[in-house]
Amino acid sequence: MIRLFKVKEKQRELAENANGGVPIKKQTAGELRVNKDISELNLPSSCTMTFPNGKDNLMNFEVSIRPDEGYYLGGTFLFSFQVSPIYPHEAPKVKCKTKVYHPNIDLEGNVCLNILREDWKPVLSINTIIYGLYHLFTEPNWEDPLNHDAAAVLRDNPKMFESNVRRALSGGYVGQTFFQRCI
Amino acid sequence: MAESTVHQSRSRDLDKLLLRPGNLVAPTFEPGAQLRDDLQEYAKILVVGAGGLGCELLKDLALSGFKNLEVIDMDRIEVTNLNRQFLFRLEDVGKPKAEVAARRVMERVSGVNIVPHFCRIEDKDIDFYRDFIIIVLGLDSVEARSYINAVACGFLEYDSDDKPIEETVKPMVDGGTEGFKGHARVIIPGSTPCFECTIWLFPPQVKFPLCTLAETPRTAAHCIEYAHLIKWDEVHSGKTFDPDDPEHMKWVYTEAVKRAELFGIQGVTYSLTQGVVKNIIPAIASTNAIVSAACTLETLKLVSGCSKTLSNYLTYNGVEGLHIKVTEFVKDKDCLVCGPGVLLELDTSVTLQKFIDMLEEHPKLLLSKASVRHQATNLYMQAPQVLEEMTRSNLNLPLFELMGKVPRDIVHVTGTTSRDDKKASCLRKLCLVFKGADAVTDQDMAVGA
Repeated sequence: MIRLFKVKEKQRELAENANGGVPIKKQTAGELRVNKDISELNLPSSCTMTFPNGKDNLMNFEVSIRPDEGYYLGGTFLFSFQVSPIYPHEAPKVKCKTKVYHPNIDLEGNVCLNILREDWKPVLSINTIIYGLYHLFTEPNWEDPLNHDAAAVLRDNPKMFESNVRRALSGGYVGQTFFQRCI
Repeated sequence: MAESTVHQSRSRDLDKLLLRPGNLVAPTFEPGAQLRDDLQEYAKILVVGAGGLGCELLKDLALSGFKNLEVIDMDRIEVTNLNRQFLFRLEDVGKPKAEVAARRVMERVSGVNIVPHFCRIEDKDIDFYRDFIIIVLGLDSVEARSYINAVACGFLEYDSDDKPIEETVKPMVDGGTEGFKGHARVIIPGSTPCFECTIWLFPPQVKFPLCTLAETPRTAAHCIEYAHLIKWDEVHSGKTFDPDDPEHMKWVYTEAVKRAELFGIQGVTYSLTQGVVKNIIPAIASTNAIVSAACTLETLKLVSGCSKTLSNYLTYNGVEGLHIKVTEFVKDKDCLVCGPGVLLELDTSVTLQKFIDMLEEHPKLLLSKASVRHQATNLYMQAPQVLEEMTRSNLNLPLFELMGKVPRDIVHVTGTTSRDDKKASCLRKLCLVFKGADAVTDQDMAVGA
């Protein structure tokens, strides 16, 4: 192998003189996998995506979800996705950028969805996550609360929960917290 | 005279390996003084990481007769490193690890030259990595390994029979430790599995459900993660948490203690807080020493051919008794990073649309609805609609032009394959060769002249 290297050394010098050498950014296997996930997305019309960094950077993007049934009907909720270079070994980081009155989403935008943390598996995909998020709006769940107050209201008084959600969606206070209009 | 005696005695043991023939040697092995001298003069080795493993590796490599070493590490020395990163002293705290480690080994082992690089691995040009005969990894993250692996495998070229071309092979020796456990592996791109072929070997990180953290903490770690992941954002809106800032860490610790008191949970300490937040597992100096020794020996064997190399993955486990095992993992022939890709010959006039149609009819691929990516550019995306619209105009352009008129390059395609009437989604690496591309370039130049 060492002899080989001496030969290589010479070749390299020759090659260096020959071309200017444009540095190429290395792509990671994670980027390729995200590309695959995104090119295969099969989303309902209620979910749309935007790519703030252009068509070539798919590691950061936004998804907006507009539920067409349930408590959150008519609202539009924006989520940011940050994908790590070792995706799908690690789940993307997802935050809700729209302030929402929801038992499983806190006021900072943290989302309690099992497949984003403890139940993430590399066989899951961006598509699965978006459907999971959509599901949170059609079936909010008081058993895994991040917004404790909202969860308690949903459990004890669904009617009041519904009216709280409507108030938050159209812009207004629920308790001490103000929600921007998102309809 | 005295000096030459010292010199001789230092390489005496190494000479026994390098100057004499043997039965277990590699086919390329040519024993002799020339080999020993070449090893010192030509074998330039890169050590990635100057932490627990990196310190050991630099010392071991220097003492094994390698004279040209370089080391890259982005970290500065911390007090907690000193128990095992033996090249560092208390007065070095705050200084770059790479620089101090290089200096200390050079002071101690005469004749060795170590060039330190205090930067991120991504900061270096790809060509920086081309210079080394072998890359030795002493890292603690999956990301960094994956990056170096992609770089090293990126140099690999295959001949027309899908055999790796020897001159383009950049071997890696990867070490890793976690408490009492460790591994050493030899990656010869194109021959043994690359890091990406066996990424599944890494266990996923333990993550607690956010709602458990928010509602029903049961352990000290739950309280710490609550302060780190939920409380921090609530209080410091917009400010990102920096695990290397002691003020930030102290804040998380204090909040975690409050949380633990509220729920009657014991055991939140400052060091546990650091451990949970930075995902630290107590490092054991001896594990590093054992793994580094294995890595260095494999490096010497690979470079000199003086013995057969580890094939290809050694695991060391000292938790209960002591277990060492070597497993021969196999390469993923379709690996996107180290595999050859399917070779396709194309005319320079073929448009992207025509190319996509061809993939559907190609007997080996049968790939419909293809999206195409070349290097960091998406040439065409089938979905979602917004990306399809942004890339649609490329369809009528010749692929050769879209790829910057290079005669040969790699593209990645995703789409649907149908085999035995079953549809499956797939991601493939293709190696495109443009027929007569060199001639076209010549013609262009002739016209230009």
